[in-house]
Amino acid sequence: MTTMTFRQALQETLRAEMLRDENVLLLGEEIGVFEGSYKITAGLLAEFGEKRVRDTPIAEEGFTGAAIGAAMLGLRPVVEIMTINFSLLALDQIVNHAAKIYGMFGGQAKVPIVIRTPGGGGQQLGATHSQNIELYYAFVPGLKVVAPSTPADAKSLLIAAIRDDDPVLFLENLALYNTKGDVPDDDTPAEIGRAAVTRTGRDLTLIGYSRMAHVAAQVADQLAASDGLDIEVIDLRSLRPLDRPTIIESVKKTHAAVVVEDDWLTYGIGAEVAATISDGAFDYLDAPVRRVAMAEVPLPYSKSLETAALPSVDDVINAVHQTLDAVGRRHQKVGHD
Amino acid sequence: MYVPDTQFECDNERTALMTNQVNAPRKAAGRPAAAKSAKARAAAPTKRAARTKAAKRTPTEVAALTKVYREMLLIRRFEERAARSYTQALIGGYCHLNLGEEAAVVGLLSALERTDYLFTNYREHGYAISRGIDPNRVMAELYGRIDGVSKGWGGSMHMFDITHRLLGGYGIVGGQIPLATGAALAIDYRGGSEVVMCTMGDGTTNIGAFHESLNIAALWNLPIVYVIINNRLGMGTTVEKSSAEPELFRRGAAYRIESARVDGLDPLAVAEASARAVAVARAGRPYLLEVVSERLRGHSVVDPAKYRSEAEVLQLREHDPVVTFGAQLVREGVIDADAMAAIEHEVTARIDEAAAFAEASPTPDVATLFDYNYATPVANDSRRLPGQPLFEPAPLPDPGEDQ
Repeated sequence: MTTMTFRQALQETLRAEMLRDENVLLLGEEIGVFEGSYKITAGLLAEFGEKRVRDTPIAEEGFTGAAIGAAMLGLRPVVEIMTINFSLLALDQIVNHAAKIYGMFGGQAKVPIVIRTPGGGGQQLGATHSQNIELYYAFVPGLKVVAPSTPADAKSLLIAAIRDDDPVLFLENLALYNTKGDVPDDDTPAEIGRAAVTRTGRDLTLIGYSRMAHVAAQVADQLAASDGLDIEVIDLRSLRPLDRPTIIESVKKTHAAVVVEDDWLTYGIGAEVAATISDGAFDYLDAPVRRVAMAEVPLPYSKSLETAALPSVDDVINAVHQTLDAVGRRHQKVGHD
Repeated sequence: MYVPDTQFECDNERTALMTNQVNAPRKAAGRPAAAKSAKARAAAPTKRAARTKAAKRTPTEVAALTKVYREMLLIRRFEERAARSYTQALIGGYCHLNLGEEAAVVGLLSALERTDYLFTNYREHGYAISRGIDPNRVMAELYGRIDGVSKGWGGSMHMFDITHRLLGGYGIVGGQIPLATGAALAIDYRGGSEVVMCTMGDGTTNIGAFHESLNIAALWNLPIVYVIINNRLGMGTTVEKSSAEPELFRRGAAYRIESARVDGLDPLAVAEASARAVAVARAGRPYLLEVVSERLRGHSVVDPAKYRSEAEVLQLREHDPVVTFGAQLVREGVIDADAMAAIEHEVTARIDEAAAFAEASPTPDVATLFDYNYATPVANDSRRLPGQPLFEPAPLPDPGEDQ
């Protein structure tokens, strides 16, 4: 184990995979000379040269599509899209092409591409630079979408994504790059499609991913200390495929769930999780599944407004209390009947 | 395939290459005949007849020219059969035909090696056949059968055959351009000698992906030939109405990409231009080739093309590349009427066989619906049919539990 930041875990993993497999190359805006907008690719141009660390023009559709085409011929490109907001410029190539090529042509060509891109609000970047739109990609069969929350998962999921023969959208988060954690020294890939139960408990299941997995863990710790609550936390890690069985097993045990998400509520990831629980654990629920999500506005710049629009630890604590209150009322009512 | 023949006499007004040499003064490129092309074409057959003298040809030349004609006719009869099968509801979805583009298709692909790659759009049956793919399998794809080139998953717009290096068949206008550019990047990355050819329609040159891709290819010196099949209509919209620079090959200049325009009704002129473009790409520079062609029918089988004037439609008959080239070969004594009839007979039989094969090929088994979800199997992958629940009904919880 080595303690390192999320950023270091990504940088070291990219480097290690490039050393391991010469078919791995990096493409993106400002990833070479500038060393990455968020310095994830620091030092890699110097070590591997322009052939394998390619600065691209500002042309998301062009370079993402080119990476997909290169992947069709067996390269393993890792594309950095500076933020997920800009991935919309490449939407046609990702959704209409990367996601379709393997199936639409009857399995004749694989597309082993990784698209790394950070999302995340709370940085006062305003409406166009603060979105969490991984949902757009998680909706599409043919894509895999992973969202690590820890440096260890960043490493093991990035290894898995690079070695995977399908297109993988690898969601990062601006607020997580400087977070630290223990990272295993070996290069065992994670299993895509598996959530992690990061804290076991019996009172309620709290579900999140990426930055919201941290918020969930923080709330669970806080409520254990303040209220003696025993909350189970699930870090989804994979948004497509979604690990439904892990969610269902947990809710069958806890009988209550709150989903925390850094995107808008309507049609969001939380809606899918809540529907999953309704389908798979309806008879086990003692309270409606509660979602804590962003206010449905383009995220404002001004700090006071931005903070009000984003889910906070207090919002989650309140949602947990209200859900457990509802559980208590139900138990009371059942007891009186 | 086609053996270049210096003795072959051609109508310079129609077949002259209009080139856009990189770094050359613009006036040196000459004035392309865009505005007068229709007039020039209308006049062409008589002019050509007047100029042409019968030349003695070697058996190899005769065989090469005959092969070009046969291939064009094969595409023609295939597409006519596809149209018929479509109206008989044997083919579903959209169906865009290469009718009128036979010379362009055959000429272009004649310059490619077997190891080169081809990306094209949704009007690609002819490309698949000309690339050497068995017409049976192309027709079977149209019929949605398991013996189709894409195993029934792609249909008319999404033909793919890895062994013939036809890398699609793309239904989204311009979608193939970044992909083809990336394939050229992969070749360059590995130091290979293959080239990529990427064809598109005239309307495609207004899409961002076209410009982003040409820019990238020029910056990185990628081995790719971009081909614009300019049939002067994007569905029903003319080039003049959709492109501020209607001389489309000139768009290469913005990226310092060498470019040229060629008459797409003459397979030999196209072959020559294509060979030159491929040579530039093989030397490590992208190239933009505009092939001025015709679309003899509507945008797709169901389009009656009412936006075309009667005069225009009449003129199309004189611009039929298959008829024109066939007549030329007879006139020049390359091939006699009996041989023409024999080719017609053989090609028709070949297409009958393709249709019969397609009809006999089984439809894909529903059990294979999830076979191509992912290349790397993944946990919790959904294999649920529409009417199935997400979860089997669970036993009710024990009421005493947790109470």
